[in-house]
Amino acid sequence: MADVSLNGRVHTITALVHDRPGVLARVAGLFSRRGFNISSLAVGHSETAGLSRMTFVVEGGDWVVEQVTKQLYKLIDVVRVTNISSESSVVREMALLKVKSNKDNRAEIMQIVDIFRAGIVDVGKDTVIVEVTGDEGKIDALIKLLQPFGVRETMRTGRIAMTRGGVATGTKQAAAAAAQSAPDTEVVP
Amino acid sequence: MRLNGAQMVCESLVREGTDIMFGLPGGAILPLYQTLPEYPQLRHILVRHEQNAGHAADGYARASGKVGVAVATSGPGATNLVTPLATAMMDSVPMVAITGQVPRAAIGRDAFQETDTTGITLPITKHNYLVMDTADIPRIMSEAFHIARTGRPGPVLIDLPRDVLTESADFDYPDHVDLPSYKPTMEGHGQMIKRAAQLIAESQRPLLMVGHGAIISGAFAEVREMAEKAQIPVITTLLGIGSFSGEHILSMGMPGMHGQAYNNWAIDRADLIIGVGMRFDDRVTGRLSAFAPQAKVIHIDIDPAEVGKNVRVTVPIVGDAKRVLHALAKQVEQVSRPEWIAELDALRAEHPLSSGQGNGLRPQHVVRELSSVTDGRAIVVTGVGQHQMWAAQHYVFKEPGSWITSGGLGTMGFEVPAAMGAAFAQPNRQVWSIAGDGGFQMTMSELATIVEHNVPVKFAILNNNNLGLVRQLQDLFYGGSRVASGYTGNPDFVKIAEAYGIWATHVTDEPQVRAAIEEAAAVDGPAIIDFHVEPEENVYPHVPAGESVFEMIESPAGREALSWLT
Ligand SMILES: Cc1ncc(C[n+]2csc(CCOP(=O)(O)OP(=O)(O)O)c2C)c(N)n1
Ligand SMILES: [Mg+2]
Repeated sequence: MADVSLNGRVHTITALVHDRPGVLARVAGLFSRRGFNISSLAVGHSETAGLSRMTFVVEGGDWVVEQVTKQLYKLIDVVRVTNISSESSVVREMALLKVKSNKDNRAEIMQIVDIFRAGIVDVGKDTVIVEVTGDEGKIDALIKLLQPFGVRETMRTGRIAMTRGGVATGTKQAAAAAAQSAPDTEVVP
Repeated sequence: MRLNGAQMVCESLVREGTDIMFGLPGGAILPLYQTLPEYPQLRHILVRHEQNAGHAADGYARASGKVGVAVATSGPGATNLVTPLATAMMDSVPMVAITGQVPRAAIGRDAFQETDTTGITLPITKHNYLVMDTADIPRIMSEAFHIARTGRPGPVLIDLPRDVLTESADFDYPDHVDLPSYKPTMEGHGQMIKRAAQLIAESQRPLLMVGHGAIISGAFAEVREMAEKAQIPVITTLLGIGSFSGEHILSMGMPGMHGQAYNNWAIDRADLIIGVGMRFDDRVTGRLSAFAPQAKVIHIDIDPAEVGKNVRVTVPIVGDAKRVLHALAKQVEQVSRPEWIAELDALRAEHPLSSGQGNGLRPQHVVRELSSVTDGRAIVVTGVGQHQMWAAQHYVFKEPGSWITSGGLGTMGFEVPAAMGAAFAQPNRQVWSIAGDGGFQMTMSELATIVEHNVPVKFAILNNNNLGLVRQLQDLFYGGSRVASGYTGNPDFVKIAEAYGIWATHVTDEPQVRAAIEEAAAVDGPAIIDFHVEPEENVYPHVPAGESVFEMIESPAGREALSWLT
């Protein structure tokens, strides 16, 4: 999977945080105050009650990643920070795309959607909603192909990521286990 | 035990060892104030402005090593705490601020005196809490004190809606704090300590650069042991002053923008810098690319985020300064370094500290006399500006941890309330505030509080009728265009003192300096000396902001050479 993080410019970092009021503000405030650039941020519950997991995509060199990690750790509500880009991982984003469509071109759109293993989840009089999951590159490519029909609305979740193998993201064993696990077989057009 | 929220706060304060707090009441926090009579062991000092409550708590904390406590009401009371919280945050001072908030149901409705206090103080506190349930008070209070005083200390704010203070719940104080996501590293990594010892053994020209962290961890004996055993000269940062006796033969003074010039040349020559509890601040390093070009760096700090933040580190050691130095000193060998010491002696002789131009009353002379009269054993508190730098340069500290100044934030006005707080913490020591006429006027409303409690703070105002350091910047770097830096309407500070019933005197000539200081010191209670110092005097050296030691201006003559900079 093409991940720009390999060249050290874009990094995927996850943080396990206490699910407390204001934790998002603390994290977001830290990024803006220290001048770090986040291009995406996704938040959701984790496997443990009371803990949420945040995934950030951060732009910058090694220094930025190190500082982001250390500064995040200084927040009392942050339990664990992991730089996923340095480990073999599965990276996904989901998008909903509202595409202009009529009965003449619906088949053509469905064909494209099929190639991307995406789906149509709503059909209206003159629009369809496409749901697609993959890394950013795949979603960008799909949007580009659908653009000629007219993409009226785009809703993207931001990147989430998980280390491969049987161990939890961010543990020492994760890197070792990941090395042995099968690569992602998904084909990105 | 069933208590209301206000009683819970007081009960918690007592359990945390608080004996004094500084504050000013208002509607939202009133339930807490009305409960204070039930807790006579909690002494409350009513201030004249919440900013001063915060700085007093800060001065108290720095002088005692305990957690300082400040109290304010919601809205404007809380916003007045912003400057002292930011000051304490920058300088790693343990503080707990307690603010009132509008009742829970009114939050978010722009109620009278509502402000988003936790939002405003988020980046200037180590942590903060909005308490939404009375039953949470004991846990939150114990966490707040724990967070404030452990690891790299800092201010913690607790925002209490009025009805949370009046409601009742079961009070059960936790006997220990368990925060799985907050576990400061105390012991240094054994392998790193070993490598550090190796670097020290290989080094020919090492320097210790010791900062506030050494004072906070109480590493006085350890710094000395390290310095003496491996014969490493000690430079102390602005906030590290007092971590090592100024009288010691290995004591070098301060580095950086207004440090002793010879220190900046020494750093340029050093092949190893051991930073202890300091953060390679820009006022210390100047232009990073030109800082200590020949040196490897060992960086010891309890905050991992400081290590590698500003300078490239050869050996990082995360841990408590006292413990790490203790372990490290065991592994270093006893050596002597006659060549390095001789080289530094030559640098000292070549770049002596300026003691002033000699026109009029020299502020440097005042500080030296103060140092001499108090035998270097007073607690010295300052504001921010020229007077602060002269105090840092010329007072010879013999006692550990006796220097209290706003370093990171550079908060003018700190000199009055912080000195008051320090005097409450150390009633048996002399506390001198070396003040600027600018800073003093920012917070002199606290003289009333000082009188009310007969706090024996002595003020030495180095009065130049100027925002002196700003005037200096204008003269050096803006072609002498003195915009908004001169005061023409300063009051007669002796008359101000009289109005408060405080002993005071003017000093205009150098021969009067000593006697005036002695007289003020002998006063039973506060005293103010208004020193009419030479207004044209500059602080030297002056490394222009963002420049290197090679652009350092060491004397008035050096100004001409720098004309290209403007
Ligand atoms: C609250 C605040 N406002 C502005 C400044 C910028 N500043 C730094 S030094 C200085 C002059 C201080 O004047 P004074 O207290 O008289 O001290 P002096 O430099 O004259 O010794 C100023 C305005 C500051 N540090 N703090
Ligand atoms: Mg002045």
